[in-house]
Amino acid sequence: MNAAATPMIETERLGKTWPGATRPAVDGVSLRVARGTCCALIGPSGCGKTTLLRMLNRLVEPDTGAIRLDGADALRADPVRLRRGIGYVIQNVGLFPHRDVAANIATVPRLLGWKRARIEARVDAVLSLVGLDPAEYRHRNPRQLSGGQAQRVGVARALAADPPVLLMDEPFGAVDPLQRARLQVELLRLLRELGKTVVIVTHDVEEAVLLGDSVAVMRDGRLVQHAPPAALLAAPADDFVAAFLGADRLLKRLALLPAEAAIADPPPPPDTLSPGTHPPGAHPSGALPIGASLRDALAAMLERDARALPLAGGGVVTLESLFAAARAAPAAGPPDGRPASATPGMAGGAALD
Amino acid sequence: MSTLAALPGWVLDHHAAVLLALGEHVQLSLAALLAGGGAAVLLGLLGAGRPRLAEATITLAGVLRTLPSLAVLAALLPLLGVGFAPSFVALSILAVPPVLVGLVTGLRLADPAALDAAAGMGMTRTQRLFRVSLPLAAPLLLEGFRTASVQVVSGAALASFIGGGGLGDLVTAGVALLDLPRLLTGAIAIALLALLADLGLGLLARRVAP
Repeated sequence: MNAAATPMIETERLGKTWPGATRPAVDGVSLRVARGTCCALIGPSGCGKTTLLRMLNRLVEPDTGAIRLDGADALRADPVRLRRGIGYVIQNVGLFPHRDVAANIATVPRLLGWKRARIEARVDAVLSLVGLDPAEYRHRNPRQLSGGQAQRVGVARALAADPPVLLMDEPFGAVDPLQRARLQVELLRLLRELGKTVVIVTHDVEEAVLLGDSVAVMRDGRLVQHAPPAALLAAPADDFVAAFLGADRLLKRLALLPAEAAIADPPPPPDTLSPGTHPPGAHPSGALPIGASLRDALAAMLERDARALPLAGGGVVTLESLFAAARAAPAAGPPDGRPASATPGMAGGAALD
Repeated sequence: MSTLAALPGWVLDHHAAVLLALGEHVQLSLAALLAGGGAAVLLGLLGAGRPRLAEATITLAGVLRTLPSLAVLAALLPLLGVGFAPSFVALSILAVPPVLVGLVTGLRLADPAALDAAAGMGMTRTQRLFRVSLPLAAPLLLEGFRTASVQVVSGAALASFIGGGGLGDLVTAGVALLDLPRLLTGAIAIALLALLADLGLGLLARRVAP
């Protein structure tokens, strides 16, 4: 992906003041989201993140500034046609209770006048995509779905017409925590696979750094910082961002770094690899599984009271090498583009046997 | 007791008159229900998405509801004379408030998330109204029609006073002639008709509930 290419979404000094309000809800926000990346909008309640999101598909009309989608002026477009080309997912899902799952998913394709056979094939395809068996769910009534299933259908409905851009407003806010973690992981995989450009509003820091290729922090209508998650967690722009990310922000950051990044060189003497007692479910050899993060490594060290751990892919991580890797990881990067450090499970360990 | 026992025989003997009165009654009630209900639906749809107009129509419904049907009938006499027309107009007015309140309430209670999603997916205002709001409001709208139908069917009995015909003729004539079987036939038929309308529309309302 070329960083110089036109950003998929670009706002320029976007502003909105609600009638009767003393200060703007969104105040001169300039945001660029590169093609195929996910930008997480985060901030305390009332910071304007939802208003900003809703201006992107013009459910809210901005007072000032510009919006460009794939280079085209979105404020000149017909809002109804614009929205048909943008996926939209909201916290309360908003499935139509008087229509079955298939008809709900078919909403935008129908508005676009697709042929019936094409719609039916597409409904089944997106149902499979979000992990629901079409044969079982196609003709379900929305009332017969659990919260997690309903939001899967909500995502399927947003993907139905294969829009290049997806807007999501706290999509997992109403889902129970266990389901939420699964949905987040699956959504992450799906969005990467499909190469969609996504803006997701959340108030959950963990969700933002997990899903976002970049995280945009807002406060009082202003964009305070926009950076890749690892860079944001390492170097908050000010005290507000630091406080918002939480005192454990560096611990959160470890979760974004692959354990392979901290392989000790030279490896420590074998006697430091404490045999310890392996908790049930641990890797049989005591080694950290492939794809584990530095946070997993630290957690395993604490659990086993060890200062060093072997990796399943080869190599050893020590407490010292872990600290060094956390320090050495790039502290700042370009706000656009997919940050390499945020992709867990990088290759590298296997070469060191 | 003897009167009740004699009732079937009386009805058989006078079946032509009874059927005529029944036909007039049903015709008048249906016409008024369609006209009044239709006007109420139009008014309610106009108010959809316009909260202030919706508020005004609800106030209007409240005013209409306080008008006694008999007073409306009497007031219409000098304007429309006697017969079908004044009865039809008075009964139509009677049908407006319940239908209007049902529709406006139904539209107001429609799931805001569904409407937000509909707007976000690119439905126009009209598409949102007819494909989302109205289907979601349908059960309460039909409840409104159900209430209206009972009021119109029983109110249509009063049409007899201004020559509008219907089953009320049997009741008024029965009272005037002290003809108990005639009076009872009219009264029971009106009650049965009202019950039937209530039941039928109640079933339909349950059917359209999502």
